[in-house]
Amino acid sequence: MAEEIVLMKGNEAIAHAAIRCGADGYFGYPITPQSEVLETLAELKPWETTGMVVLQAESELAAINMVYGGAGTGKMVMTSSSSPGVSLKQEGISYIAGAELPCLIVNVMRGGPGLGTIQPSQADYFQTVKGGGHGDYRLIALAPNSVQEMADFVELGFELAFKYRNPAIILADGVIGQMMEKVVLPPQKPRRTEEEIIRQCPWAANGRNKGRKPNIITSLELKPDVMEARNIHLQEKYRTIEENEVRYEEIHCEDADYLIVAFGSCSRIAQKAMETAREEGIKVGLLRPITLWPFPKKIIAEYAGKVKGMLSVELNAGQMVEDIRLAVNGKVRVEHFGRLGGIVPDPDEVVHAIKEKLIK
Amino acid sequence: MKEEIIISGFGGQGVLSMGKILAYSGLMENKEVTWMPAYGPEQRGGTANVTVIISDEKISSPILSSYDAAIILNQPSLEKFESKVKPGGILIYDGYGIIHPPTRKDIQIYRIDAMDAANEMNNSKAFNMIVLGGLLKVQPIVNIDSVMKGLKKTLPERHHHLLPMNEAAILKGMEIIHLQ
Repeated sequence: MAEEIVLMKGNEAIAHAAIRCGADGYFGYPITPQSEVLETLAELKPWETTGMVVLQAESELAAINMVYGGAGTGKMVMTSSSSPGVSLKQEGISYIAGAELPCLIVNVMRGGPGLGTIQPSQADYFQTVKGGGHGDYRLIALAPNSVQEMADFVELGFELAFKYRNPAIILADGVIGQMMEKVVLPPQKPRRTEEEIIRQCPWAANGRNKGRKPNIITSLELKPDVMEARNIHLQEKYRTIEENEVRYEEIHCEDADYLIVAFGSCSRIAQKAMETAREEGIKVGLLRPITLWPFPKKIIAEYAGKVKGMLSVELNAGQMVEDIRLAVNGKVRVEHFGRLGGIVPDPDEVVHAIKEKLIK
Repeated sequence: MKEEIIISGFGGQGVLSMGKILAYSGLMENKEVTWMPAYGPEQRGGTANVTVIISDEKISSPILSSYDAAIILNQPSLEKFESKVKPGGILIYDGYGIIHPPTRKDIQIYRIDAMDAANEMNNSKAFNMIVLGGLLKVQPIVNIDSVMKGLKKTLPERHHHLLPMNEAAILKGMEIIHLQ
């Protein structure tokens, strides 16, 4: 399959991109608004072409633990779900992070708490960047704001996951999952051979241990001094990731008096709001975190000395705004605007919020 | 060029697929497109709507506060979206089931009796294509060739024999749309 321009939903783009980047396995359980990921994979039948395994597990718990097992053998494996399903996966995610295994998780968020609604939300920000599961661990969190990025971040997510032996997550929402846009699909890459996997993943438990010590995949360690050393090692790894992997986009920030910070679908809505505000003579810029962890705190801190105020626009009651406030450390006013429970604001509501919360 | 369109009606009227055909037609002309459905319980029988944007340039928000064109296929949709058409914009409505017609004076209002025409054609499934034809008559966002190419791409091959019927429906819509 060569490079191809098509029109599709964000969820469908995830499925196509997974096959094309040479993934070995997908394990999932259906839930709105991300069911098209599994549906599209089932329709494309990659097991007949690339040999990729696609399996509908009996539950989200089973799916994430299949990912744990697959990742332990050095395979490129992934799962996807939406908020309530991702909550169910948290134990497995913590284990995978503890065992330092690479994998990709996709969360197409919907409104909560609880079963909530099937409409878009960004209320799993805390869950994604501050833990979710137990213990001191981090996920590399990518926030796509277009169907193109849904496709691109599958390969990027896997690349980062393998580079750091750490789970990566794509944090999208119902808007990005359900909308259709033009997308350029990458050409088909072959899946790695067993030999390539052994070379790339000398830690993997793939049963071929001639001449080497057995590899053990576990997150359990009962000796506290060894466990502390393991934690210190993890923290050092996280500092390296923070140093190297921060990604963000700046739009019209250079002359901005006011800065909107928004990710995912909200960044698209905020961009339109920014255009409207500029037509009215209000100099607004937009900073879009692409990695939610590591968070682009340095650049946000730099803008603290340049703008009169910042507005965090989120589909939640105020989550990322806490990280922005930590980044600016009191140097500038930081306000939050959000809608809850599956309601998505339109651009005019964001313009209104800029005027009410920052300028008034 | 940039066209921001809302299509709204009952679930089952072909609102989402009409938007999809429009988006595909834009793709055929190398335009940027977004198609954003209300994907809630609407699509299981209540009101359904979809926002379609076709543009020469990269599109910012797929969700809008106001529209260049509104295609309204039931009374609740009219109440929701009449006020959201930009001044100078277009509102097209199907007369069937509209008790209180639109009243704005600062927009162009067209009526298309597509439900009746579809019944005359003995094909209720032609309904959304008749409406699409009406839109393309008063606002030629994409040309019919692109629509047909888009249709060919979206319809599974076993349905390709329906292509002429769809084209006829588009032409019918172009014929019967009129200023209110």
